[in-house]
Amino acid sequence: MTARAQALPRRGVTRTEVAQILLRGTALIALAVMLVVFGALSPTFLQLTNLEILAKQTAINAILAIGMTFVILTGGIDLSVGSIVGLTAMIAGLLINEGLQIGPLGVIVYPHTWMVMLIALGAGALVGAINGLIITRFNVAPFIATLGMLYVARGAAGLLNNGNTFPNLVGRPELGNTGFPELGSGQLLGVSYAIWIMVAFAGVAWFVTTRTPFGRAVYAVGGNERSAELSGIRVDRTKLIVYMISGFCAATVGLIIASQLVAAHPATGEFFELNAIAAVVLGGTSLSGGRGTIVGTIIGAFVIGVLTVGLNQLGVSSFWQMIVKGAVIVLALILDQLQVRVQRRLALQQQARTEELPDPAA
Amino acid sequence: MSASAPAIDTAPASEADVVMRAEGISKVYPGTTALHEVTLDVHRACVNVLIGENGAGKSTLMKILAGVEHPTAGRVLLDGEQVRLASRHDAAELGIGIIYQELYLCPNLSVVDNIFLAREVAPRGMIDRKLQRAHARELLERLEQPIDPDTPVSMLRVGQQQIVEIARALAEDVRILIMDEPTSALSVAETEVLFRIIRDLKARGVTIIYISHKLEELLRIGDRITVLRDGRVVAHSDARDVDVSWIIEQMVGREASALFTRTDHPIGDVRLRVQDMTLRRLGGGFLLDHVSFNLHAGEILGMYGLMGAGRTELLECLAGARGDATGEVWLDGVRLDNSGVADRIGDGIVLVPEDRKNDGLVPTLSVAHNMLLASLMKYLKRFFLVPNRERRAVERYIGDLSIRVSDPGQPITSLSGGNQQKVVVAKGLMTVPKVLLLDEPTRGIDVGAKSEIFQIMSHLAEEGYGIIFVSSELKEVMAMSDRVLVLSKGTVTAQLERTELTEQALVAASAAGDQQGTRTSTQDRADVVLAGAVR
Repeated sequence: MTARAQALPRRGVTRTEVAQILLRGTALIALAVMLVVFGALSPTFLQLTNLEILAKQTAINAILAIGMTFVILTGGIDLSVGSIVGLTAMIAGLLINEGLQIGPLGVIVYPHTWMVMLIALGAGALVGAINGLIITRFNVAPFIATLGMLYVARGAAGLLNNGNTFPNLVGRPELGNTGFPELGSGQLLGVSYAIWIMVAFAGVAWFVTTRTPFGRAVYAVGGNERSAELSGIRVDRTKLIVYMISGFCAATVGLIIASQLVAAHPATGEFFELNAIAAVVLGGTSLSGGRGTIVGTIIGAFVIGVLTVGLNQLGVSSFWQMIVKGAVIVLALILDQLQVRVQRRLALQQQARTEELPDPAA
Repeated sequence: MSASAPAIDTAPASEADVVMRAEGISKVYPGTTALHEVTLDVHRACVNVLIGENGAGKSTLMKILAGVEHPTAGRVLLDGEQVRLASRHDAAELGIGIIYQELYLCPNLSVVDNIFLAREVAPRGMIDRKLQRAHARELLERLEQPIDPDTPVSMLRVGQQQIVEIARALAEDVRILIMDEPTSALSVAETEVLFRIIRDLKARGVTIIYISHKLEELLRIGDRITVLRDGRVVAHSDARDVDVSWIIEQMVGREASALFTRTDHPIGDVRLRVQDMTLRRLGGGFLLDHVSFNLHAGEILGMYGLMGAGRTELLECLAGARGDATGEVWLDGVRLDNSGVADRIGDGIVLVPEDRKNDGLVPTLSVAHNMLLASLMKYLKRFFLVPNRERRAVERYIGDLSIRVSDPGQPITSLSGGNQQKVVVAKGLMTVPKVLLLDEPTRGIDVGAKSEIFQIMSHLAEEGYGIIFVSSELKEVMAMSDRVLVLSKGTVTAQLERTELTEQALVAASAAGDQQGTRTSTQDRADVVLAGAVR
């Protein structure tokens, strides 16, 4: 049988194509290798409870990274997500512990827990909208606009309680605002809400990026803004929405963390933006926009999560952890660049083949 | 006029004369094969002219000789020995200089800094500014240009920038100097100075490789002429033995009539009415000055004019891409409001832009996704795109326009230029427009693809589309249009019915209202046109 297979014209799969498939799957392969290695080195690593902890920790970063993926696909960046996490956590804390002061008469309204969450989510989307408006209306580079927001939102988070924590966010039964900690500690079918939220967000985001005109617009804007515009895509609106999505995701994370800790601290979420960007990039999304997937981002987030949890359990010092993490990120990008080169070569091969087709002029 | 038979001159020039030889050079880019086994002999102390239509591969060949691009196949010999031109630096070491077609100056740096960029006079690691400045001033004086060497380049006129580019090449001690359209931005007087410099360089034994579109100019300054067409050398001759009509014949390479397929079709009612379309230029004046015209159903309206006449701007206004335009647009008797591109597409006006790479395509998307981009709302079921509907639409248009593609999911960059252009046209057609705006749809694509684009146009006109067709090629405009609108300096200078179309009339109208500065290019174009007419 092998003899017959060899007798066929060797046209099917070239070596470059194999290289392409291997390189495309780098993040997934890395993830599998790490699971096996950590599983072998630490007997508890692959136990279900441990994997649940891992997924729960990863969920935080993954949700941020999903929002970040939209932004980066359009060729932008959002540095403010960590600060939005802190700000929205503080807003939730304020509303639960001190309520909403209305007017000069000192009327204080304590919103229901559901309302608290909606207000916090709305605030996150609003901050994202401000980012988007600064970027589209005033033509400020996304890096700068969101860097500014990184400081502003963090400062605002501190102002809400003069730099202090809102402790013990359990609410009071007589005010009807109890139950907030349930978001962080509750479970459905034995799995934490945080993980369900990640799954739901990932599912929706996957659908939006692959199956909706908006998703297509996101890719087109990142690939070539001018062409997208001339094709009738509302470029500014698309950009505005992606920053709102990113802000919304950050607010979700802010709520989850505040709920898990049953407290809101103004420094919550510092440097989270960097982890989110790392996850997106590890997942194969190009920082110049137009290329990348949600699935890749989720894999990227898990690579970082497994690395952190695994090294922790092996007792590796946190300094070494940082070195390993940094090296993995850079290595992944080197491989990604290789993939781009292979892809270009593949395109040339494909073109050469198409041109081999009978040409009427010849 | 059997043009397909290449008339390669085999008269043996003595071997010693050839200073540089490019042998069997091929260059494949994603999307196009720019050069196909080109062999070029460059003669010592001569002006070696290279000529060909846009996209014939001249600039690519020059960049290979200058070490900027690397050939896919073939080798370069210098004085009979194979040389390695891995980078611009390598080529400079060997004494090969280049003046690029596009200006590659750093606008934020001064004239001196640009002239000495990457080869600063720095004896002990410190730049000797005084020496550099003196040397730069000397060079600029030789070019008869009183430019202060300390001026930032961004402050200079384009023509002056071109002079700086030339000065930069002269600052190197070059044996071979490549000039890629050096006069495109120069005035008549500046061109004269350049020619004097060229003769001077020649006398000192420097070899020149010269590219230009201005045929008269080539015959004046050139010694040897090589014609490129579709990435191949088709003719090679001594400049004394040829004239303008010979060059045109070699460049175009086939009878024009074979290219065009035009069917007579009935012309219907007024479809599009444009009234007083006006676009102001930044800093005063008009890009478009109260342009008014009608377009009928089933009509191909040609639009002719020189560079900067406002053709592209007019189409962009109609497509809704210029928010600052004023004027009325009526489609089928309904006035359209001044909205953006998306709304105009909804109304039924769609633009196929001139610059395929920057305006037409999204390079990161596949062929299919590029085609679907302007008409996504047509494949929706509630909020979601239905893959089946998308696939059917893509397959239909791939068939209709005979786009050569092995899989609609393949990257757009892997298609040839002509097929990429058809994808852009398909994208426009998939919006089901009433009016199609085609801006230079045949630019930079091979002859076969051109002819297919023309077939598509005729077919669409038969179906009742209104088509506006912008082209810089006189022959195309004359062959394809039912009526021609000539623009010059943002105004309509003539409207010619098919029966009144003559090359002279078009050229005269396109030059009407023209000012001093661009007279040369008009003159050259008229020369080319007349030479073509003589033939």
